[in-house]
Amino acid sequence: MIDFLYSILVLGIPFSVSLLLASLGEMYNQRAGIFNLGCEGVMSMGAFVGFVIPYFLIRAGVESGIIYVLGIAGSLAAGALLGLFFGVVVITFKAPQGIAGIGLQMFGVGVAGTLFRHFIGGIASVPGIKPMPVPLLSKIPLVGNIFFNHSLIVYLALILVPVSAWVMNRSSWGLRVRACGTAPRAVDSVGISVDRVRYQSLAVGGALAGLAGAYLSLCQVKMFADTLISGRGFIAVALVYFGRWNPWGILWGALLFSVTQVLQLKIQTMGINVPYEFAVMLPYVLVIIVLTFSNKNFQLGPSSLGKAFDRENRL
Amino acid sequence: MERSEGRIHSLRVEGITKRFPGVLACDDISMAIGEHEILALVGENGAGKTTLMNILMGLYQPDEGSILINNEPVHFKSPRDAFEAGIGMVHQRYMLIPNLTVVENIALGMKEAHKKGVMKLGEVRRKMQEVSDNYGLHVDPEAYVWQLSVGEQQRVELVKTLCYGARFLILDEPTSALTPQETDELLVLLKNMSKQLSIIFISHKLQEVKTLSHKVSVLRHGRMTFSGDTEKYTPAELASFMTGTKVELPVNERIDMKGEAVLELKNLKARSDRGFFALDDLNLTVRAGEIVGLAGVSGNGQKELAEVINGIRRLEGGEIRFFGENIANLTPGKVIEKGMGYIPEDRNTEGIVPSFSIRENIILKDNTTGKYSKKRFLKLGTIAEVSDRLKEQFDIRCPNTTTAAGSLSGGNIQKVILAREIDRSPRFLVAVYPTRGLDMGAAEFIHQQLLELRNKGIGILLVSEELEEIMNLSDRIGIIYKGKIMDVLDGNTAEIKTLGLLMAGVKND
Repeated sequence: MIDFLYSILVLGIPFSVSLLLASLGEMYNQRAGIFNLGCEGVMSMGAFVGFVIPYFLIRAGVESGIIYVLGIAGSLAAGALLGLFFGVVVITFKAPQGIAGIGLQMFGVGVAGTLFRHFIGGIASVPGIKPMPVPLLSKIPLVGNIFFNHSLIVYLALILVPVSAWVMNRSSWGLRVRACGTAPRAVDSVGISVDRVRYQSLAVGGALAGLAGAYLSLCQVKMFADTLISGRGFIAVALVYFGRWNPWGILWGALLFSVTQVLQLKIQTMGINVPYEFAVMLPYVLVIIVLTFSNKNFQLGPSSLGKAFDRENRL
Repeated sequence: MERSEGRIHSLRVEGITKRFPGVLACDDISMAIGEHEILALVGENGAGKTTLMNILMGLYQPDEGSILINNEPVHFKSPRDAFEAGIGMVHQRYMLIPNLTVVENIALGMKEAHKKGVMKLGEVRRKMQEVSDNYGLHVDPEAYVWQLSVGEQQRVELVKTLCYGARFLILDEPTSALTPQETDELLVLLKNMSKQLSIIFISHKLQEVKTLSHKVSVLRHGRMTFSGDTEKYTPAELASFMTGTKVELPVNERIDMKGEAVLELKNLKARSDRGFFALDDLNLTVRAGEIVGLAGVSGNGQKELAEVINGIRRLEGGEIRFFGENIANLTPGKVIEKGMGYIPEDRNTEGIVPSFSIRENIILKDNTTGKYSKKRFLKLGTIAEVSDRLKEQFDIRCPNTTTAAGSLSGGNIQKVILAREIDRSPRFLVAVYPTRGLDMGAAEFIHQQLLELRNKGIGILLVSEELEEIMNLSDRIGIIYKGKIMDVLDGNTAEIKTLGLLMAGVKND
């Protein structure tokens, strides 16, 4: 039994990282009042850029670890740029956010896939980022492998949870973000630019989504394909609601989802006689059930989510 | 913000003119306020009071004219500049963020609360304490704004403005959403504060203007029509300056219509949003052709009562007999079909759909009946005709009836609701705070309409906090206290003093 749990958890944590990063990014967007359904597209671009930079550098003969640093930096920048691009559409031109988000999703996935086919094509892989065991801690039996034997991005993602909680609740910028998501008019009345704060949050959120994509292509799968993200971006959006716009809640949601994901894989390989489609459904069904019964108290959430701010509009 | 240098000895505006497309909102307005003075700015809805104040705050730029502080001209490009000069404004719609705590709300606009990107809430709390000690304004810094009552939220707004260093306060209709008790407290507070500050307050409640202000200025259609010392004029005189004619609120002549009981409320029990019994064994009867005023301090079950009658809230016990038939817990649609008219408490969220046009709001309750539709298609011609007729009949001031209802002023929104409810010839009307926040002219109009309806033999349940309104209009007055009817008095003989005691829950037999 312990072996079974161990084998689930040891995979569950790395599995959750891309969801966690993308979802934290989406939380920044939503807390500022922007509903970004395009997360999937941003992740896809992040995954592509993160992959393509090391891929070509390896072919050019560069071997050092710097190639992955460049790849990650590229994915952060690509994500942030796409976030800002989305900002131009929904903040400056006040396009409806839901539709614009779907557009961004298709744009990101489509462009990443097309560029990949054009420049690389077929099946290509990179050695990827190697796990970096934490000295001493990783030697603890069971726990060591579950928590302390992962790549650097995993630790970074986990550290980002308390960091995001701090930024949201203790920093000046977090205060402005939270205020913009709920009462932009009040923010405007004290002389703070709502649009600027929202652009900033989109850049941060986009960068995190880009990093989430790069984690998939550089650490988890170590290759790129246009089906790489396969709905994780949308799950990330759902997890923000699941976690009630709170980093810790999002962490639990991401873990719960990926642990059930690993569980269903186990069920399939163990040859238990259930149709595998049911196993595949399990994590999604679980998210729907939890969302259905979770506390609907919007009091603490961003109540102006999805609404463009317009000083002149009094309705 | 230490601004000892920022004392405002005098503030003058000279020749301020502001044009909006098609409207002259402010027309050559001049006025002056000295230190420690309270100036009341009165005028009907849409007279240009708020526009003028928004110019003072730097939200709008004047087309002509200048603002002078201590005789030196100043230019405010944004509210920031106005704060810097020591002017602060409490808006009519509070600028607070409900899901932040009080201290976070205040920190948002305060430079000293932020050091290198980190919030210094201790600094804000210190400042709040200072303001609180200085002016006797107490608020809990750790409470979330959504947990606070309207009166408390207003105190937060005041503290916020003072923490930002305001020496000169502008209050836009500060009492329009307050209960009578909260209003009294606020007036005392402002009186004390004026020892250290200058205050402009916008109002159209002349009784308040009389008690509080030293000077009064009247705006009408964007023009300053009168300025003078408050004490030399009676409220009635001020009212006539406001409207240009003498306003006299109509009074019910109380000719007994000898109607039958049409709405009988028996042993009603219902819970409030917070889960306690807001209606606790409530009994009341309204006959045809009479207005029963329901007096009481808000929060004693009025809201719940109106909702239960209209099927919006679940009734947990008792029955509601409407023309003899029990309508308890029917759906709102069924209750409307039975002929119930309803003027809800919150006109912007329950009375209208703000983004819909006036026309669409007028047909909201009848869009599927033969009146406005034929074979599921809307009769747009009829709708336009009826709307234009109602616009004239109810004096709804708007460019045309395709204007979004939410863009109208409060008084005109209320007229849209009233027009809809009265035009569908209801068999009964529940009117909840029908004149809250309206000016005298609009209130007079609405009172007349209610009395007319009564004289046609319709029963009306009128919920109000304003005793004058209740006394003027009601045939009988029920006093509600903690979800029960304390007593029902005859409108002819009821005295304000007895009402006040009953509203406070004191009953002397």
